[in-house]
Amino acid sequence: MRHIKQILLLIAIFFSLSTTYASDEHASESEEVFDPLVMIDHHIADSHEWHVISFTKSNGEEVHISMPLPVIVFYNGHLNIFMSSAFHHGEKVVKKGDDYFKLYHEKIYVTDEAGTIHYDEDHNVLNEKPWDFSITKNVGSMFLSAVLLLLLFIGAARRYGSEPKAPKGLQSFLEPLILFVRDDIGIAQIGKEKYERYMPYLLTVFFFIWINNLIGLVPFFPGGSNLTGNISVTMFLAIVTFLITNINGTKSYWGHIFWMPGVPVPIRILLSGIEFIGILTKPFALMIRLMANITAGHIIILSLFSLIFVMKSVAIAPVSILMSLMMFMLELLVAALQAYIFTLLSALFIGMAVHEEEH
Amino acid sequence: MGLLTPDPGLVFWTAITFGILVILLRKFAWKPILHALRTREETIEFSLAAAAKAKAEIEDLNVEKEKILIAAKDERDSLIKEARELKQNIVDDARNKAQEEADKIIVSARQQIEREKSDAIQEMKRQVAELSVNIAGKLLEQELESTDKQKAIIERYLQEVNFN
Amino acid sequence: MSLTAIGLGLIIIGAGYGISRLAGSALESMARQPEISSKIQTAMIIAAALIEGVALFAIVVALMKG
Repeated sequence: MRHIKQILLLIAIFFSLSTTYASDEHASESEEVFDPLVMIDHHIADSHEWHVISFTKSNGEEVHISMPLPVIVFYNGHLNIFMSSAFHHGEKVVKKGDDYFKLYHEKIYVTDEAGTIHYDEDHNVLNEKPWDFSITKNVGSMFLSAVLLLLLFIGAARRYGSEPKAPKGLQSFLEPLILFVRDDIGIAQIGKEKYERYMPYLLTVFFFIWINNLIGLVPFFPGGSNLTGNISVTMFLAIVTFLITNINGTKSYWGHIFWMPGVPVPIRILLSGIEFIGILTKPFALMIRLMANITAGHIIILSLFSLIFVMKSVAIAPVSILMSLMMFMLELLVAALQAYIFTLLSALFIGMAVHEEEH
Repeated sequence: MGLLTPDPGLVFWTAITFGILVILLRKFAWKPILHALRTREETIEFSLAAAAKAKAEIEDLNVEKEKILIAAKDERDSLIKEARELKQNIVDDARNKAQEEADKIIVSARQQIEREKSDAIQEMKRQVAELSVNIAGKLLEQELESTDKQKAIIERYLQEVNFN
Repeated sequence: MSLTAIGLGLIIIGAGYGISRLAGSALESMARQPEISSKIQTAMIIAAALIEGVALFAIVVALMKG
């Protein structure tokens, strides 16, 4: 109960930081053609402000409420920190020292004073990019998930005293999940002797992916970010699995990769090449699988909702909503399934690497 | 293409957040929880084993109890049997003894009677002799005057004396 | 573009067919031997992940082109 209050407080703080602005768009301009691709692209991409809610006033004025996020850019040896509201949604150029920064399609570029953007013939931006360490929407969402995970699991851990007791409350919900990761993923794939060393990583990665998948499915603030569908996040997680796998690889693991026992020498050479590529493709597939699955889920749900606006008909709404509801149900399953598969495959790769030759 | 381009800033923040998360959760959540779970599993296993052992012990005790009960029953039965036999013996003994005693008494009584009888006959004989002598004496006194008379008297007397 | 799209479609069909065959066989063997169903399930997920890998390459190509 206390935790819920803390979470509510957190959300309240987020809201109090939000700013309201009225957009320049007026009723006449809002008649423009709805492009679902733009909406979907905007949704699945990262953003420098956290959109809270939009509504149209009775006079036709559109109001967007969003929370500005801190921008941290590193350029020319200078670290610049300012709020994203300074960009005025890309309309204004921010001057920091001798450098000018402009927000263009959610990316920060270095520009001149006028904020000119140069393009090549394929309409790619040629302007220089600073190192962007901003707290973006995805980063904020990740912080939120981290706070939730800490509250949930440290809260549950405190219930375990020195004396063995029957679980209750939150603990009895989380305990089977932890046992599932331990028994069906850790022990089953790595083995009883060595699994303990890898449990903190497996448990953290399982719950981190799962909770972020779920937060991504929440259709209102502070959910809805496409964090686990972002390649930066999945790439980092896949690299961690890759590092753990190869740092802990035993002699027999490397032996099987570079000098496969029991096959003729020419095939050994061929196999070592294939196996070496295999080392890299395994984490690569991990990275793409999670990102593609989650992004695809978001795209499908948003496409189904877009049907209403594309068809410009209320009649299609029930079908659209029913289908989105079904997709939401499926995505709830996928959220858990992808967390499970990522963790299971990580455990499998680790298990293969730490496996000792028995013969 | 944009979807496949990693953003260094997000990778950086993911690394920081995930690293801190692993460290904090490992120290404050996973270790205590996994430790508690293992302790609990061991306790349950131990308790189950202890319960099984206790059950087996109770089973053993029951068998033992059954055995003792049966033995006690047997003993009781044999004791009762023995007592019954003993009683019979005693009664029989007593009866026999009584019989013997009675027989003895009868025999001795018979002997006594026999003895008394012969004594009495002896006595009678003696008295008869004495009587005879007395009569003879008296006759002698009387009949010494008349021989005929004497003879008559002796005759009479001898007739009178009846030896039964 | 259109040739690429056809190729990607073929990859997806192939992967879909592969996973459906895999799942069908796995379910059949699970029904036949329910006592080792957890092992079959793990093996199925691993094989499905490998087949999915092929489909993922198609997705990567599609995202790069798009």
